[in-house]
Amino acid sequence: MEMISALIVMGALCLSGGLALAWAARKFAGNENALVVQIEELLPQTQCAQCGYPGCKPYAEAIVAGEADINQCQPGGERVVKALGQLLGADYRPPAKVAEKPMVAFIREAECIGCTLCIKACPVDCIIGAPKQMHTVITADCTGCTLCIPPCPVNCIDMEMLPPRWQPERP
Amino acid sequence: MKEVLLILLSATLVNNFVLTRFLGVCPFMGVSQRLETAVGMAMAVTYVLTLTSAATWMLNAYILVPLSAEHLRLMAFIVLIAVVVQMTEILVRHFMPALHRAMGLFLPLITTNCAVLGVTLLNVGEQLGFMAATVQGFGASLGFGLVLIVFAGLRDRLDGCDVPEAFKGTPIALITAGIMAMAFLGFDGMGR
Repeated sequence: MEMISALIVMGALCLSGGLALAWAARKFAGNENALVVQIEELLPQTQCAQCGYPGCKPYAEAIVAGEADINQCQPGGERVVKALGQLLGADYRPPAKVAEKPMVAFIREAECIGCTLCIKACPVDCIIGAPKQMHTVITADCTGCTLCIPPCPVNCIDMEMLPPRWQPERP
Repeated sequence: MKEVLLILLSATLVNNFVLTRFLGVCPFMGVSQRLETAVGMAMAVTYVLTLTSAATWMLNAYILVPLSAEHLRLMAFIVLIAVVVQMTEILVRHFMPALHRAMGLFLPLITTNCAVLGVTLLNVGEQLGFMAATVQGFGASLGFGLVLIVFAGLRDRLDGCDVPEAFKGTPIALITAGIMAMAFLGFDGMGR
């Protein structure tokens, strides 16, 4: 008699617990989208694709899926790695493949035909120019993403090292 | 009111579950490597322990005792704790996905945190009322969190110390925990 009541009590307890969990799991399904939004807000939104993904949102999705590491964002650099590590509880690691000196795009202005194709490609809007007018790059805002090179019909864009900043001599 | 405060103080400091009763030592050593995870773990344990203290008290008083099935207590409590922890995990995953990712495996591991089962069994053993049992659970988790966070801070500092080669890592952490336990002996005799 005692054994039967024990079986009934434990059976009922396990069954009700399991049913409650099953209901909750269905009602509050994983909310990965919210995490993607949170990660994307930390990314610089240059859509430069230097992380190996087509843009910032696909990169955020890849992080959530566990495919990408948190240190692949080039324009974001150290700051973004730190912010992502804080959000996701991951350890800090240096940004991947840091270029020794930052590369920026230069337009050989004599060859530029003013087609505006590179302006449309630039994710940070740092190329100025107008149709049939010569274009140039605002060096200070260029992230070195190389996205402007493929569309150029006359191949007049080079990636160059940024010249070292002029520093006053110490007296 | 005074009694409640006394239980809270006793469970937090005097009878600290980690350092004087040696319950929940596994997460104490495992999750104390980084301060952030220690804080997350402390919050999760506080939530789970308070909730399970109340839930197991009700399970014991309203189901097990009337059916004279007290001998099932151990099994029934484990099932209930597992359900509460799993429910917590589902809710955290839904509402705080970033925290869920940061805590990772630690959250389901609270099920096997023996401090949780220990506190709930002790509550029944001491025949506490509902309020007292809940407060004892809350106090025990506060004590757990306090010790865990302090220990995480200590380990953070130990990383920068010149520790002899043979004592690096877990050995020096265990020695530190022992010294902390001795320090907590200083609270013994308070609140009697």
